[in-house]
Amino acid sequence: MIRGTAILVAIIICSPYSQSVQAATGIPSLTDAAGRYTITNASDIRFHVDQVGGGGIKGSFGSFSGNFNLKAGDLDHSMVNFELKPQSVSTGQTRVDAFLRSSAVFDSDNYEKITFRSNRIEQTGPDRAHVTGTLTAKGHSAPESFDVRLTSWNGRTIGFTVRGQILRSHYAMDVGTPIYSNLVQFDMVVEGQRN
Amino acid sequence: MRRYADAFERYNFLTITLHWLIALLILGLIVLGFIMTRSSIDPALQFSLFQWHKSFGMLVLLLSLIRLAHSFFYVRAKPVGGMSVAEHLAARAMHHLLLLLAVIVPFAGWMIASVSTLEIPTFAFDLFVIPHLPVEKSDAAEAWWTTAHAVLAYFVLALVALHAGAALYHHYARRDAVLIRMLGIRRYR
Repeated sequence: MIRGTAILVAIIICSPYSQSVQAATGIPSLTDAAGRYTITNASDIRFHVDQVGGGGIKGSFGSFSGNFNLKAGDLDHSMVNFELKPQSVSTGQTRVDAFLRSSAVFDSDNYEKITFRSNRIEQTGPDRAHVTGTLTAKGHSAPESFDVRLTSWNGRTIGFTVRGQILRSHYAMDVGTPIYSNLVQFDMVVEGQRN
Repeated sequence: MRRYADAFERYNFLTITLHWLIALLILGLIVLGFIMTRSSIDPALQFSLFQWHKSFGMLVLLLSLIRLAHSFFYVRAKPVGGMSVAEHLAARAMHHLLLLLAVIVPFAGWMIASVSTLEIPTFAFDLFVIPHLPVEKSDAAEAWWTTAHAVLAYFVLALVALHAGAALYHHYARRDAVLIRMLGIRRYR
């Protein structure tokens, strides 16, 4: 398997486009960015669920934690661990929040955490990667993947946008379908502080 | 208004079908409405029951509008003999009230869904979206319409009890055709 660093270096050298991207977002070399990071509270864990006829539910989680390491020359074996507390869900509607915390959806009294642990990271572009791992929620585990794009880097903190789609039915949370889509769309900002 | 001299002795098939179908749906919806608003109910089941209530409520609104229009445009059935003027007026008032409330109560339910800040779509029988009425959304308006819907629904239940009681009185005490002609039975001695 070709290593992520090799791709990164090759693309940065060969592509004028990627150099402009690098200039715009400050893409570090993996050697520079390698290390362990703790996910900070500046991160924004947002989701939305579409509803029939337009609109939908938008929300975020206020309580979460996690870490990742970026291995120099070995992005494939880099690792992300993330967990959030479903109790901290917020949609701007207290009745919706209470319903989401109830046994109908998160059952946050019995399942305090939702966790994600990566098992594979593939670089898909100079500033992009595909992260696959296991999501565990409400006693159910399933493989999920997210598209990650590097957005900021200043030598100490690194920022990404993380997008993914998750089917509620895999976690016994598909109440309200088909009025509310089975698909939960995540469009998150994750910031890591170098340890 | 048509004179009874022109009227029929019995109800037509559409009147009888709509009467019993709407009666069955209204009673079912009142039971469903009572169960789904208990605070101890499982939240997922509650959500599901609310959606069934909305679907069947919209069906009642449609059928009741057809029934109301039908009552305007078609010849009324002739009252049975032997009724006093007061009895006749009471029966007429009850019938008009029930015809109107069968439209007003589901309409009030539609108003709840429309003014609610939850903005939960009405996806009738998971087949098509019935749009919200163009009204301003607020928690206060939702509370007002919820109370109106519930009070009117239980008022209907009381009226239905009186209406059914009167029909049974006609059948067992008066021994006239009031009840059996709404059952569609033609021959009666």
